[in-house]
Amino acid sequence: MTETALKRTPLYDLHVSLGGKMVPFAGWEMPVQYPMGVMGEHLHTREKAGLFDVSHMGQVILRAPSGKAEDAALVLETAVPANVAGLPEGRQRYGLFTNDAGGILDDLMIANRGDHLFLVVNAACADQDIALLQGLAGVTVEPVTDRALLALQGPEAVRVLSALVPEVAAMKFMDVAILHWDGAEIWVSRSGYTGEDGYEISVPSARAVEFAQALLADAAVAPIGLGARDSLRLEAGMPLYGHDMDQGVTPAAAALGWSIPKIRRAGGEREGGFPGADAILAELASGAAKTRMGLRPEGRAPIREGVAIFDASEGGNDIGTVCSGGFGPSVGGPVAMAILPASLSVGDTVWAELRGKRIPVTVAELPFIKPDYKR
Amino acid sequence: MLKYTEEHEWLQQDGDEVIVGITAHASEQLGDVVFVELPEVGREVEKGEEIVVIESVKAASDIVAPIAGVITAVNEDLPDNPGAVNDDAMTAWFFRIKPAAGESIDGFMDEAAYNALIG
Repeated sequence: MTETALKRTPLYDLHVSLGGKMVPFAGWEMPVQYPMGVMGEHLHTREKAGLFDVSHMGQVILRAPSGKAEDAALVLETAVPANVAGLPEGRQRYGLFTNDAGGILDDLMIANRGDHLFLVVNAACADQDIALLQGLAGVTVEPVTDRALLALQGPEAVRVLSALVPEVAAMKFMDVAILHWDGAEIWVSRSGYTGEDGYEISVPSARAVEFAQALLADAAVAPIGLGARDSLRLEAGMPLYGHDMDQGVTPAAAALGWSIPKIRRAGGEREGGFPGADAILAELASGAAKTRMGLRPEGRAPIREGVAIFDASEGGNDIGTVCSGGFGPSVGGPVAMAILPASLSVGDTVWAELRGKRIPVTVAELPFIKPDYKR
Repeated sequence: MLKYTEEHEWLQQDGDEVIVGITAHASEQLGDVVFVELPEVGREVEKGEEIVVIESVKAASDIVAPIAGVITAVNEDLPDNPGAVNDDAMTAWFFRIKPAAGESIDGFMDEAAYNALIG
């Protein structure tokens, strides 16, 4: 893709004025970092509050002709193996689009807003997902193209946002609400991608800069780029589409079987009925041969995506590949995730081959940090 | 007088040895440095050989030997405190090298030429 073809979010000029270093990402020109730097931005988010522009993500409204969210939910369940129909109004849930082979097409957030569902999908997969949704009978699909999406994350997020919009303080983790700020309708969820308490806020594009500036006016809030977003989600043990999962990775291998509840599994009330159900449900019942797990390398050298993992310090077998890895600023050392034989347990040692040397790596619990969700 | 390489190293002649570090420009481009691996003292290296590994929060990169020679010392503090490279790149030296016969740093860029390179 040429640079002229890159899309810009409503906050582009604000990023540049804040010193953001703009890079191409999933067809968008996004800030990878600001002058504070990735490490500083990461730590700031965990200690205070970070403001992220996630407007590149796809926002989609899904409606049924009946005007009931539950009817749209039953249709979405034919593409997503989650309990969408059982999602109460005002609540949000995580789910996966699957393919016929049992792989993952994308991951998404699904909110029940009474008379419709509101979905947030990955930027890189948005066109594919919208086409897929448009192919489902019994729903209308409305891509939301006139709104920015911001995330405010960190322990001070609740104080900062509730000073502007008092209702958000009473929301619990994964609650969603349609609220108002200074005459603008904003769509708020108490959720995020950092392991911290916080919110994601959909704002009309025309008011996005003003809203972002109102948040940044609080001394606790710093703008955060994609670099720190990645290290924050990695420490929180959250998978990233295209890295920790893709069309060739099943839900069980991605350690996302938890998103497929009993009601959609064998013997459940709404068993199966989604692409790849036979393979996915059989694997969930028998247990996956390989699954995503956390890794803590010995020493300080990060092991990054693509590094091979072995079961011995010399020779032995190649048992998997790092899917996400880097330095964890809050952990204070390197952290990684890889899809490895499920027979491994927390505390076991495996070896990463880095620049021709085998480095001992300990299998670790995910997440690497203790999340601070307000349940 | 300091000399500079196109790989963004600074070189300082000290008696018959050369001290090598990376420039502030390079450290800014790298971002927060989190890991440094240094060569063994006594190792004979070729010009252009990758002898130091630097990992930042963003990526891994190398420092090459600017000239052929023998490594005579390394900055032992760096592996424990890699962030020193970001704090002050000009004092956070990586290694000392004794040039092989016929090798010198005279041909490298001076400060004005290096500043022109990085714009």
